[in-house]
Amino acid sequence: MRRDIFQAIADPSRRAIMLLIAVNSMTPNAIAEHFDTSRQAVSKHLRILIECDLVTQKHGGREIHYQLQIDKMKEIDEWLEQFRGTWEKRFNQLDAVLTKLKNKKS
Amino acid sequence: MKREILFDFVVDKENKTIKVKRSFHAALPLVWQAWTTAEILDQWWAPHPWKAETQRMDFRQGGRWFYAMVSPDGSERHWCIMNYRTIVSEKYFTSVDAFAKDQSGEINPDFPPNNWETQFSRDNEDTLVDITLSFEKVEHLEQMIQMGFKEGFTQGLDQLDTLLNQNKK
Repeated sequence: MRRDIFQAIADPSRRAIMLLIAVNSMTPNAIAEHFDTSRQAVSKHLRILIECDLVTQKHGGREIHYQLQIDKMKEIDEWLEQFRGTWEKRFNQLDAVLTKLKNKKS
Repeated sequence: MKREILFDFVVDKENKTIKVKRSFHAALPLVWQAWTTAEILDQWWAPHPWKAETQRMDFRQGGRWFYAMVSPDGSERHWCIMNYRTIVSEKYFTSVDAFAKDQSGEINPDFPPNNWETQFSRDNEDTLVDITLSFEKVEHLEQMIQMGFKEGFTQGLDQLDTLLNQNKK
């Protein structure tokens, strides 16, 4: 199944993981300490985040650190901003049409 | 006194909805007319420089609005459908949108349908329009946002247009 960003951020645990590693990259153990769920569950969430390109792995010595890809997050904002812009524009056009109609009536 | 225009745009990924709220400086019957009459919809529904062109409008429960989104040079046409479900005059209507394959009006199954609930209410001299768009799957929300690009609402054109408008005023 194809993974996408929205699927990734739809899950509260994954959002929590993303918040955790937003500032500093962390090892899976360090991440798991913040959750009541099993290490396995955390690993699964991390895997999904990696598949969505929201998180990357960094190998340092014997440990793997997980890092949030901020640029990918920006992509979501850009999509939404554009969508919002479409609506804004549409409504401004409606404003103009309504003004025209009001003037015609009076 | 110039009243503030309200414009809310809230994306709720968990509930798979987008809520859009906007106030208009016009009486409710006129705003209702603008949302439900083909001749008026054609004037504002497509974000400029795209144009909406109604093929057929049948605004009643079970009826549909069949229209095309036409590119600025007229070379591209995206056929769209709005299927009306429940209509309570000057209060609200619910609808389901879809893309059509071509002028025949046959629905293109590649695009997920979105459910619309459009409510109208009075706010002193203004009219408030409250839209809830809901999706079956969160992926559909993403697909719809990506479709923004597909319909040709490119940022470059939008920005150019804003600039042109500013100069006109």
